[in-house]
Amino acid sequence: MASRLTQQNRAGWLMAGPAFLLIAVFLIIPFFMAIGFSFTNQRLVSPNPTEWVGTANYERLFGLAVLTLEAERDEDGAVRTKDGEPVFPSLRSYTRNKDDHPEFYRKREWFSFGRGEDRRTFVLATDVVFLKAVRNTLFFVIVVAPLQAAAALGLALLINRKVRGINIFRTIYFMPVVISMVVVSMLWRFIYDGQNGLLNTVLDLLTFGWFEPVDWLGQTSTALPSIMAMSIWQGVGFHMIIWLSGLQTIPASLYEAARIEGASRWQTFRYVTWPGLRNTAILVMIIITMQAFTLYPQIAVMTGGGPLDSTQSIVFQMVERGYGRQDISGGSTISVFLFLFVLSISLLQRWLTREK
Amino acid sequence: MTLERKTRLIGLYLFLGFIACIFVLPIIFMVMSSFKPDLQLLSDSSSMRAFLPVGEIGLDNYRDAFRRAPVGLFIFNSVFITATTLGLSLFLASIAAFSFVFIEWRGKTVVLAIIIATYILPFETVAVPLLLLVNNLPWLSTEGVTWGWLNSYQVQIVPWIIRALEIFLFVQYFRDLPRDLVESARVEGASWFQVYRRVVMPLSGPVIATVAILKFLEMYNNQFIWPIMVVQEEGLRPIMVGLLYFFQLNTAWGEIMAYLTIITVPVLAFYLVLQRAFIASIASTGVKG
Repeated sequence: MASRLTQQNRAGWLMAGPAFLLIAVFLIIPFFMAIGFSFTNQRLVSPNPTEWVGTANYERLFGLAVLTLEAERDEDGAVRTKDGEPVFPSLRSYTRNKDDHPEFYRKREWFSFGRGEDRRTFVLATDVVFLKAVRNTLFFVIVVAPLQAAAALGLALLINRKVRGINIFRTIYFMPVVISMVVVSMLWRFIYDGQNGLLNTVLDLLTFGWFEPVDWLGQTSTALPSIMAMSIWQGVGFHMIIWLSGLQTIPASLYEAARIEGASRWQTFRYVTWPGLRNTAILVMIIITMQAFTLYPQIAVMTGGGPLDSTQSIVFQMVERGYGRQDISGGSTISVFLFLFVLSISLLQRWLTREK
Repeated sequence: MTLERKTRLIGLYLFLGFIACIFVLPIIFMVMSSFKPDLQLLSDSSSMRAFLPVGEIGLDNYRDAFRRAPVGLFIFNSVFITATTLGLSLFLASIAAFSFVFIEWRGKTVVLAIIIATYILPFETVAVPLLLLVNNLPWLSTEGVTWGWLNSYQVQIVPWIIRALEIFLFVQYFRDLPRDLVESARVEGASWFQVYRRVVMPLSGPVIATVAILKFLEMYNNQFIWPIMVVQEEGLRPIMVGLLYFFQLNTAWGEIMAYLTIITVPVLAFYLVLQRAFIASIASTGVKG
């Protein structure tokens, strides 16, 4: 019996070993390396030995300070204005003065807001671009996840009926999913173009010439929303299929009962369909969120983070530093942050959609 | 059929068709544009001619795209990397899952739990430290042991072979197979490997198709961020990275559309032929998640 067990142990390890080894070397070890590197100044190639730097990398990413300034006044005590706006003392006197204001040293203005006539609060950050990337990514996730999930559910309900030819529509709606996001991004660069773009043409035709052409990717207000719309276009078919397989697990007898009870369409959805989709909903939200957090090819192909950093994303910044500047520790710090972000959002979603 | 039902049905089809246009028109535009000279492509885009094969139609863009970049080589690289990873993945994931489901061995619950836990680890979060790691890994070649995997095929293949999802899908499928089959083969004296090869794998067509399709899409379509980081040598780059050749000062849209069509149409054709299997494979990622 003992020999049989050892023989089973050997066979078991031998067969599962290679797969486990690959996962350990190429996922688990690098994950712990990322945590380790984030506390050092590791570079890809460097003549100097790597040093332990504590939390310096994190402080550089998240260094924030708030500064409220009074507007400058002339001799009579009236607020000095330029082009109708009050004039404030130069921020440089704070951010370049290590001795008097160490907390503002080498920080840059992230954003500011006025407080009354003569005061203005400036939010300063060590790494403005990274914080913009975090803000954009969060915005992307918060908009895309619910919109894409809802649109996918709508499509799934639409094609979950028995009419002739419905499979053709299912096939078409799913089509963009099998096209690479890199290809889709390149194609949509042309569609969004300000001069020859197809989207402007279509909108012009639909509104009989009332529509003013827009350079969708060229201005800060429309660049990120345009990328969101395209991402939903590419990914919605994937989640439609997952919703659809969830819909098909709901027994037909429940719908039959609802019909006999005289339930309206909305009531049937609210009390039969939706409760049956609970687990599917959790899964769809987690998958979309994880995909949305790793926003990269769209940015790399379409905008490179511009205009004015309005489409910077966390992963784009991570590659820019870890690969572009060969700053392994800086890129690793962003990786750790990204992982904690993804993890906490999926835990939050699990908790919000928990069984009550 | 009553008149009311008929109108509602027509309304439904109109709506379905309208949505279908949103999904299919950009793709039609891509293919049509690949046959048009740049000037005509730009002028056509201001009308519905953009979606029609009209005007000067020809294959010039394809010829020019092949001149601008080693397109054939890029296609070969992508096909080679995809096929190798796919083969190794199917073998190693299925044999590991076999061991997890059918063999009793010490530590297997812990190992399986660790593997499943890596599902929430997106590749992007390990890419940067992995860059440093692969730069220091040994490789055995005809010239003996060499150090550093940058600029090679293996750096694009080995890290991608196994993901938690593939093992998980095989485990799910094997758990539903009748255990008696395995038991009786063992009693008859078959080795574990023989049971895996002769009994279990021949019954696993559906899950093999599922994993193969998911892996194919991952390897052929989504290899972008990693090869940019680890492969600078032109001759080893995959098709998606090859697109970078077409970012020039004067964007030649006709050539770009030709290149996009070349790399997309095989996948689309593959999908249209095997659409049931494609859709089933996506659906199965959602089951019991």
